[in-house]
Amino acid sequence: MIRFLLTRIALLVVGLAVASILIFFTLRVLPGDVAQVIGGTQASPAQVAAIRTELGLDRPIWQQYGDWIGGLVRLDLGRSLITHTPVADELGQKLQVTLPLAGLSLLFGLVIGVPLGVVSALRHRKVSGFLLSGAAQAVAAVPVVFAGVLLIVVFALTLKALPTQGFPLDGWREPGRALQALILPALTIALVEGAVILRFTRSAALEALGQDYVRTAASKGMTTTRALITHGLPNVLLSVVSVIGIQIAGLIVGAVIVEALFQLPGVGRMLVSDVGNRDFTKVQSELLVLTALILVVGTAVDITHRLIDPRERERA
Amino acid sequence: MSTATTRRRRAPGAPDWLREVLRRPAGVIGVVIILGLLIVAAVSLFWTPQNPFDVDPFHQWQGPSAKHPFGTTGTGQDIFSYLFAGTRTTVAVAFLSSVVAAIVGLAFGALGSLTARRVRESIAVLIDILIAFPTLLIAIMLAAVFGSSLWTVVIAVGIGFGVNIARVSRGEIRRVARADYVVAAQASGSGPWRILREHLLPNIAPVFIVQLSLSAAVAVLAEAGLSFLGYGVSSATPSWGRMLSILQNYVTIYPATVVWPGLAITITVLGFNLFGDALREATDPRLRRSRRGAGDAGKEATRVS
Repeated sequence: MIRFLLTRIALLVVGLAVASILIFFTLRVLPGDVAQVIGGTQASPAQVAAIRTELGLDRPIWQQYGDWIGGLVRLDLGRSLITHTPVADELGQKLQVTLPLAGLSLLFGLVIGVPLGVVSALRHRKVSGFLLSGAAQAVAAVPVVFAGVLLIVVFALTLKALPTQGFPLDGWREPGRALQALILPALTIALVEGAVILRFTRSAALEALGQDYVRTAASKGMTTTRALITHGLPNVLLSVVSVIGIQIAGLIVGAVIVEALFQLPGVGRMLVSDVGNRDFTKVQSELLVLTALILVVGTAVDITHRLIDPRERERA
Repeated sequence: MSTATTRRRRAPGAPDWLREVLRRPAGVIGVVIILGLLIVAAVSLFWTPQNPFDVDPFHQWQGPSAKHPFGTTGTGQDIFSYLFAGTRTTVAVAFLSSVVAAIVGLAFGALGSLTARRVRESIAVLIDILIAFPTLLIAIMLAAVFGSSLWTVVIAVGIGFGVNIARVSRGEIRRVARADYVVAAQASGSGPWRILREHLLPNIAPVFIVQLSLSAAVAVLAEAGLSFLGYGVSSATPSWGRMLSILQNYVTIYPATVVWPGLAITITVLGFNLFGDALREATDPRLRRSRRGAGDAGKEATRVS
């Protein structure tokens, strides 16, 4: 077990290192001189050179990379090339929107996907089960933007129930209002991801239904539903845990799009506008934070899976 | 043993896997959607109902009519013609992304399966790391560096989905490379290229095509997402994703218009997914044995954007 933990964590560190190298060096291929962009067209060559020195752009690229990584360890992500404010502060603030958004989306997605997945497995020979899995197949094909627009039409325009834009300026000071602003965006992601979770759960539940111990329980007089819930559910939930690991990337990407659609001040929207401004000290940190989030959750899910699966526990 | 005899033995007409796919309702729907897409794309090269770029200030936001089946936009453009013409962009993005994904997947897959153990295992770890990079983030990164174009989408999806293909094809190539008929071919003196062409590729083809179909679906979704974020194809190219992101701005006033590009994208993605699923069911022996799809929870289509 300890061996497994160590390998998994080593793999996470290697993953983060590879991610940081890929991000840093891809962004350094950036055409155009950033110093020139900041200085504006009026800047004299001397001014541009001064900006370059100030930003440390005249130093060897490996040293620049070292500075960035060294700062990362101390939670110092450098300063914005344009506003000169510390990147870490702003990123921390934006994460207060993105993390709850991703968490809420996952919660909604599981609430939608898992029970319906079990139901559609139990009824896989009936019309209702067929329709349910067909609907999931269709919803999984909807682009996130379109899903969001449909929800806006239903909940905000027709039912006039939920706000469609923005986030309270004072953040979480009024938790109720902040949470309300996140509901529709989270539902948007959850609709699409929930459809995928539904299909995973359905396959897992179908597999459990085919197991001897569930069939035996059913033949001894339990209803199939009860047999599945009392005996098959642990296995179903195990695969649900692995789904979370796979879908975390979908949640993050969904968040980037949904933040733009609902005008939420999160990391995704920050990333999009910083790419537009070519503020690459910010872009590199934002990309790394989002990737790290995916890698860390993936590792956590793997470890959890190992911990709760008795078969895996014994093998270790 | 010659190529000629192998060819003669093969059944005429459609390959076996395609016939298996067409026996399933999902497969038929998928094939019909994909064929329809190809036909519209081909026709749009020569003819569209109206000029998709014609601006008509006197006919803004028209409802559906005989002249404008899907209505018009805020600049009076005919939505139907625009989407009709946009089909070729969708097809191009889906096709080119799949080609790049196939190359990346095959290269990494072969490196991760046929090389020395050290190399092989490092590649496997690298593949696992690269899979964590979402396609959309790769695309944003590429757009930051090279600007946005059709190629940004194509390369991003190609790399992003290519590593997924690599993971799947790695195991598959290893399985086939160890099979008796490959060992026999090696023993009888076939060179590596010949083994690749005659034994490896035909045998991993079904698994590969399943992945390509799913990567086409991912590409269409990614194009929509990137267009919305402002990193899509150039404005001179008609694109469904662009139309969707333009019309969603007016959803509070004209909610009906946004449905058309949204549906076009959804149906296309659904078509590629259904085709891929049907093909996987038709060719995966493990799935065929247990009709219920047991043991396959981990293989469901994943969404990466």
